[in-house]
Amino acid sequence: MSADGLFVIGANHHRAPIEVREKLAITADNAAALRTELTQIAGLKEFAVLSTCNRIEFYGVGSDATAVALVTAAFCARQNFATIEFEKIRLSLRGREAVQHLLEVAAGLDSQLIGETEIFGQVKEAYAAAQSSGSTGPVLNRVFQKGFQAAKAVRTNTAITAGQVSIANVAVDLALNIFGGLQEARILLLGAGEIGEKTAKAFQSRGAAALTVASRRFERAMELATLLGGSAMPFEQRDARFSEFDVIVCATSAPGTVVSLAAVAAAMHRRPARPLFFIDQALPRDVEPAVAELENVYVYNLDDLAKIAEENRAARAAELAKGRAIIAEKAEALWRHVAPQVEALANGVNASSVPRADPA
Amino acid sequence: MFTDIADRTWLWGAAGFYLVGFLLGTLSILRTGRPAGGQTNILIALGYALQLVGLGIRGKAVAGCPLGNTFEIFQFTAWSAITLYFMIGVTFRLSLLGYFTSCLAAVLSIVSLIFPGWDATRRAHIFGGNTLVELHAALALFSYGVFALLALTSLMFLLRHFSLKSKQFGGLFSFLPSILDLDHIGLRLLVAGVSLLGFSLTMGLIFWARGIAAVDAGKFIAPILVWTAYSSALSLRLRGQLLAKRFAWTCLVLFPIALLSLGFVDASRHPINPPMKMASTR
Repeated sequence: MSADGLFVIGANHHRAPIEVREKLAITADNAAALRTELTQIAGLKEFAVLSTCNRIEFYGVGSDATAVALVTAAFCARQNFATIEFEKIRLSLRGREAVQHLLEVAAGLDSQLIGETEIFGQVKEAYAAAQSSGSTGPVLNRVFQKGFQAAKAVRTNTAITAGQVSIANVAVDLALNIFGGLQEARILLLGAGEIGEKTAKAFQSRGAAALTVASRRFERAMELATLLGGSAMPFEQRDARFSEFDVIVCATSAPGTVVSLAAVAAAMHRRPARPLFFIDQALPRDVEPAVAELENVYVYNLDDLAKIAEENRAARAAELAKGRAIIAEKAEALWRHVAPQVEALANGVNASSVPRADPA
Repeated sequence: MFTDIADRTWLWGAAGFYLVGFLLGTLSILRTGRPAGGQTNILIALGYALQLVGLGIRGKAVAGCPLGNTFEIFQFTAWSAITLYFMIGVTFRLSLLGYFTSCLAAVLSIVSLIFPGWDATRRAHIFGGNTLVELHAALALFSYGVFALLALTSLMFLLRHFSLKSKQFGGLFSFLPSILDLDHIGLRLLVAGVSLLGFSLTMGLIFWARGIAAVDAGKFIAPILVWTAYSSALSLRLRGQLLAKRFAWTCLVLFPIALLSLGFVDASRHPINPPMKMASTR
C-alpha cells in the first residue's frame, strides 16, 4: 500500500440529510465499543473518530486495502445501517486530500455555519479520546497537532469567525456594542415563547445574570423564569417598570404593539443617562416604531437582526477562499512530512524510525 | 551624535511616526478590516519618545517648560494627549482610540511644524524661574490634552451611535468600543479636564492677585471662558440635561474652540523677559 494509506471516511452534512445523520449519530457507549472493535482490525494501524451533530468521520492509517472497507462494515453494523446506503452518502478521501479535509474541518471551513469555532473543540476532544485509547500513532499525532495550528492560523489571518450568524447571538452582540459587558445588564423578556427563550439563553451564555420574564400568561412566565433561573413579573406592570431594565427582548404573539412610545419616553425620563435596547423579535412587531426615534434608545426588529446575520454569513463566506488557501499550503507541507511515515506503516516498518521529510 | 540634531528634527520625526501610525491603521482597516493595534501602539510610542526628546531639548534651551509660542503649545498639547492615551488606552483597552489619537497627534504636530511663523519667536525664561508659574502653565496645557482626548472619545461615541441607529456594523464600526464605555470615559475625561484647568486657573489667579505674573486680559479671559464652557457641559451632564449624542457633540465642538482660544493666550503674552529671536535649538 502507498502513502494513500492515510484516509478519512464518513458522512457529513454536505451529502447526508439530517434524518440520515440521526441514524448515523453514535452514542458514547457505542463509540467506546466501536473503538474496541476497530482496534481488532489488523490492517488498521492508527485511527481517530470525530462525531458531531453534523458529521461522523473516521481518520485512519491502514497497512492494506481492506482497512477502509472493514471500518465501514464495522460502523454500519454497529449503527444497523445498510453499507450500500452508507456508500451513497459516504465521504472518502485519501492521502493529501484527507489531511486537507481534517485541517479544513478543524478550522471551521467545512462547517454548516462557516467559521464556527465549536468544531475546533470537538476535533480536539476526538483526538484526546483517540490518544487516551492508544489508537493514534506518529502519523495521526502529527496530522492532528498540525491541524490545530493550521486552524489557529486561519482564525488569526482571516475574518472567518467575525460576526455572529444566528439571530439570538446577533442580538447579544448588539447589546455588547451598547453596554460593553452583560454582567450588570438587566434583561426583561416579554413573552415566554421559544424564540424569546432562545434569546434569553444566548444572553445568559454570554454573562447576563439578571433576567426577568413577563408574559400575558403569568404561570408560563413563572415556569420559564424558573427554568432560566430568573424572576417573573406580571405583564401589566411592564410600562411602569421599563426603566428598571437595560435590554428588553420582545417576543410575544400579541396582535398589536405592547411597547408604546409614551411608556418608553416616561422610562427614559427616569433613566436618561443609561441606554435602553429593544430586541423586537415578534411578528407583528411588539414595539411601536416611533420608539426608535427616542434619544439613547435602540430598537432592532426581526428584519434588522436577520439582515445583520446574513451580512455576517456573507462576510464569512467571502473569507472562505482565503482560509482554504492557507489550509492548502499547510496541508501540502504537512503531507510532504507524513507521507513517508504513512508509506512505512503500510509496509510494516515502524513509522517513528522513518527519517522525516521537509519540516511542516 | 544625537545631540547635534535640532529639536524640530526630533519633532518632525515624532510627527512622522504618528502619521505612519495613522496611515498604517487606515491601510489595515481597508485591507483586512481590522485596526493595526499593536503596530500602531509601537509607532505612537516611538513618536512619543522622539517628541519627548525634542521637547526636552527645546525646554533646556528656553530654560523651562516649552510653552512660549503657538508651535510649542500645539506640540505640548499633542504630547499631553498621547500621555493620556497611554494611561487610558491601557486601563480601558479602548480599541481604535490609538488609531484616532495617532491621527490627532499627527495633525497637531504637523500643523505646528508647517507654519514657520508659529515658531519664529522663541521665548526663554517665560516663567521667570518660578516653578509654580511653570506648573500652572503646564497643567493648563495638559488639560487641553485631556480635552483633545475627550474630543476623540466623543467622535468615537458619535460614530458608534450612528452605527447603532443606522444599523451598520462593517469596517471601522465593528471595532468601536461600546456606547456606554465611551460615555463613561467621556464623563471621566471631562471631570479630569475641568479639574486640571480649574486648578491651573486658580493658581494663575493667585499669581495675578499677588502680582507675581503680569497678564493681559486675553490671556486671562480666554481660558476662563473655555473652563466655563466645559464646566457648564459637565454640570448639565451631571444633571441629566446634556446626554448621549448632544453631550458628545458639545465635547467635540468645544475642542477646536478651546484650541482657537490658545491663539488669544499666545497673542496676549506679557512675558517677564522680552521675546527674542533664536536660531534652531541644538
